[in-house]
Amino acid sequence: MTLATPPEEVVPLEPLEELWHDPPGLVGFLTTVDHKRLGVRYIYTSFAFFFASGLMALAMRGQLSEARADLLGPGTYNELMTMHGTTMIFLFNTPVLAGFGNYFVPLQIGARDMAFPRLNAFSWWVFLFAGIFMYSSFLIGKPPDGGWFGYTPLTSSTFSPGLNIDFWGLGIVFVGISTTVGAINFIVTIFKLRTPGMSLNRMPIYVWSMLVFSFMVLFAVPAVSLAAGLLELDRLFGTAWFVPALGGSVLLYQHLFWFWGHPEVYILFIPATGMVSMIIPVFSRRPLVGYLWIVAALAGIGFLSFGVWVHHMFATGIPPLAMSVFAAASLVIAIPSGVQFFAWIATMWQGTVRLATPMLFCLGFLFIFLAGGITGVMVAVMPFDWQVTDSYFVVAHFHYVLNGAVVFPIFGAMYFWGPKMTGRALSERLGKISFWVMFIGFNVAFMPMHILGLLGMPRRIYTYDRGLGWDGINLLVSVGSVAFATGAGLTLLNWIRAVRRKEPVPDDPWDADSLEWATTSPPPEYNFAALPVVEGRHPLWDRRPLRYATAGGPGTEGVTAVGAVERRTPVTEGFDTRPEEDLRIPRESWVPVATALGIAVLFVGLLVNAEIMAVVGVVGIVVAAGVWAWRTEEDLR
Amino acid sequence: MTAVAPVAVPIAPAVHRGRSVTWWGMLMVIATEGTIFLCLLASWYFLWAASKEWPPAGVELPDLKLALPFSFVLWGSSIPVVIAEHALRTNRIGTFRVGMAVAFVMGAAFLVSTAIDFNALHYGWRDHAYGSAFYTIVGLHAIHVLVGLVMNAVVQVKAALGRYDRGHHRSAEAAALYWHFVDGVWVFVFPSLFLAVHFQ
Ligand code: HEM
Ligand SMILES: [Cu+2]
Repeated sequence: MTLATPPEEVVPLEPLEELWHDPPGLVGFLTTVDHKRLGVRYIYTSFAFFFASGLMALAMRGQLSEARADLLGPGTYNELMTMHGTTMIFLFNTPVLAGFGNYFVPLQIGARDMAFPRLNAFSWWVFLFAGIFMYSSFLIGKPPDGGWFGYTPLTSSTFSPGLNIDFWGLGIVFVGISTTVGAINFIVTIFKLRTPGMSLNRMPIYVWSMLVFSFMVLFAVPAVSLAAGLLELDRLFGTAWFVPALGGSVLLYQHLFWFWGHPEVYILFIPATGMVSMIIPVFSRRPLVGYLWIVAALAGIGFLSFGVWVHHMFATGIPPLAMSVFAAASLVIAIPSGVQFFAWIATMWQGTVRLATPMLFCLGFLFIFLAGGITGVMVAVMPFDWQVTDSYFVVAHFHYVLNGAVVFPIFGAMYFWGPKMTGRALSERLGKISFWVMFIGFNVAFMPMHILGLLGMPRRIYTYDRGLGWDGINLLVSVGSVAFATGAGLTLLNWIRAVRRKEPVPDDPWDADSLEWATTSPPPEYNFAALPVVEGRHPLWDRRPLRYATAGGPGTEGVTAVGAVERRTPVTEGFDTRPEEDLRIPRESWVPVATALGIAVLFVGLLVNAEIMAVVGVVGIVVAAGVWAWRTEEDLR
Repeated sequence: MTAVAPVAVPIAPAVHRGRSVTWWGMLMVIATEGTIFLCLLASWYFLWAASKEWPPAGVELPDLKLALPFSFVLWGSSIPVVIAEHALRTNRIGTFRVGMAVAFVMGAAFLVSTAIDFNALHYGWRDHAYGSAFYTIVGLHAIHVLVGLVMNAVVQVKAALGRYDRGHHRSAEAAALYWHFVDGVWVFVFPSLFLAVHFQ
């Protein structure tokens, strides 16, 4: 029984179900605009890339496990290294966070879908096609090999002829479209579709984190798209943006790249902390300590992270004063991160901690985050950075941050929200085993890398000589990597077993506080039979059963009826978030996949230098987008 | 879970402030596209600062004979759009169509002037970074004008077919906002690329 479900006479469920149901089979698959189906798809697609990229990492670690191994040649190593880094950042971390956001933002704010459901479908298709685009480079044996940040002049057509880098450059621009469009959708959804009573100061921290994530994406991604786009202009059309002999600048590329690159770290980190801020209170059985402080910290990190990009370029010979400013800013950013850290500790301190699997992953995260944060402060100090830059110390640092502080919360979220998404329970026992194997494997793999760095082992080498004192440590690192991967594999196994189980889980298995738990597991297509009314920060802890909204004046007939008579969700306004108009949720549509396909044709045309194909792609985009714009008004009554 | 039946709370409506979600979505598109132009202009100044001569020796300065008057044509085209938007809110579809049509002609005239200017240049975008930057930035803006024209045309056809008669016109509002954005970008691009190089 759902906690906010009004009696059947008020909102009959059967017509609702009929109205919201996707067509079955392939047609439904291609045309759906349901944020939950798309969210799950986002998550599954990203995890497919995660495991692919993990296998590449294992191959690299195999090569490095002993001196002078010959598992991989230097060329192959470069390719795997580039695709591993690129995949993890662009095709796993960013989209998996967008996937969780897709699924849970509308649920947590009590909406029936995103503000632009078709755009949502479009952004998943673009992500999928961009991923396939980049990975198709393996099929013709030309994967990108210029490192995940594609520094020019190495990646210029002079030093890297061939399609390899073009797959990368075009792919980055391609996938950037998906990320940006998704961010726009989140912002409008969060600002305009909150259920009655959910004022900004009652929004779950996770929703706040997705809001900050989206704004950061909006202002950061253009820079990387531009860096990669201008690189491709140079490569494909012979312009001179990054050609020093003709007045171009390679440093300009680095500035553009890192103007995105540093915020990107926080773009990944912030939603991960948002997940932690949801999980820790639930398993400490008390509200989060310092809600407002955490919101301020999220906004502060988002803002500050745009002012520190030059710390990635300390070794490029920028004037010392300028560098000092950036170094100072990099240290300041540790403060809001510290605020969050203490808020989590305080929450556990004052609560009664329950060590379920999601909570274990959060504790693991706290430990790893602390270590990664400390090495982060270390490399933000210039003289230290000059010593360790391009060494394994840096590899250790960013894996602590990216693999530890982002991936652990994501796994925690899989265990926390998995039952909601699949309607089936994950095994706690297997979950705990998976956690411990991952956690120990992680530290065995990445802790010794710090030492390797201090011993002088440079990053991005495919082999090394005996007798440098690196052999044993490298073997240890490789063993740890295998352990970590095994642990992650156990969670995959756990998930597959859960999905095949028969017995359903209750609506709210964890006794949690936010609105996604106020509906069935998995939620019906329309999310809530009637929209819940929010009266505090923790709707399900404040009042059970939840009260639900009903019409209270002209123009609000929609509120209860919403969904009962049409596919609608209210647009709300003002501090007390009252409904101002109804938004129709469009039915399933072919337009998103068609538009995305047009973009794919355009990019392949550019890649293989087939002008006609590129033109066909553009025409396809214009036609599909035209049909789309044509139908906008149909979404209204 | 509990036997208590949930209670219904009547919700009073808020005053509709008149901005649709589509309009908000377009505003976000503009924020991100505006950032692209900001990054491009920053790159322009970055290359300029790093160069000995900008434009390189022997390269002509941008010609203002067409660019200056037609910049005012482009900026001026926001006026009929404002009038059209106002007409839309008061449901005068006829005025709306005239306003958008006038703006369309002005935007198209600007595009033609840009094409003529491009044609007259004695350098290409492969010759030097200055040329690359000039062509890329002005060209990207021209593409935006073109997109604005396409949106304008779609909106016109919709209006002609009576699709805005029932008081819903989210796509028209969004197209109008985009038009202002394209004009606004030129406020930054034109002085940087056409004027500043004349005063150094
Ligand atoms: C199974 C877990 C992982 C292992 C064993 C692993 C291992 C490695 C190795 C061996 C390298 C190459 C270092 C070098 O030669 O310089 C590398 C690079 C990298 N990894 Fe991972 N990694 C793992 C997970 C991740 C995750 C989860 C992320 C990000 C979310 C990530 C991001 C990167 C990046 C950005 C690079 C840099 C690539 C480059 O230098 O261009 N890795 N990793
Ligand atoms: Cu950074």
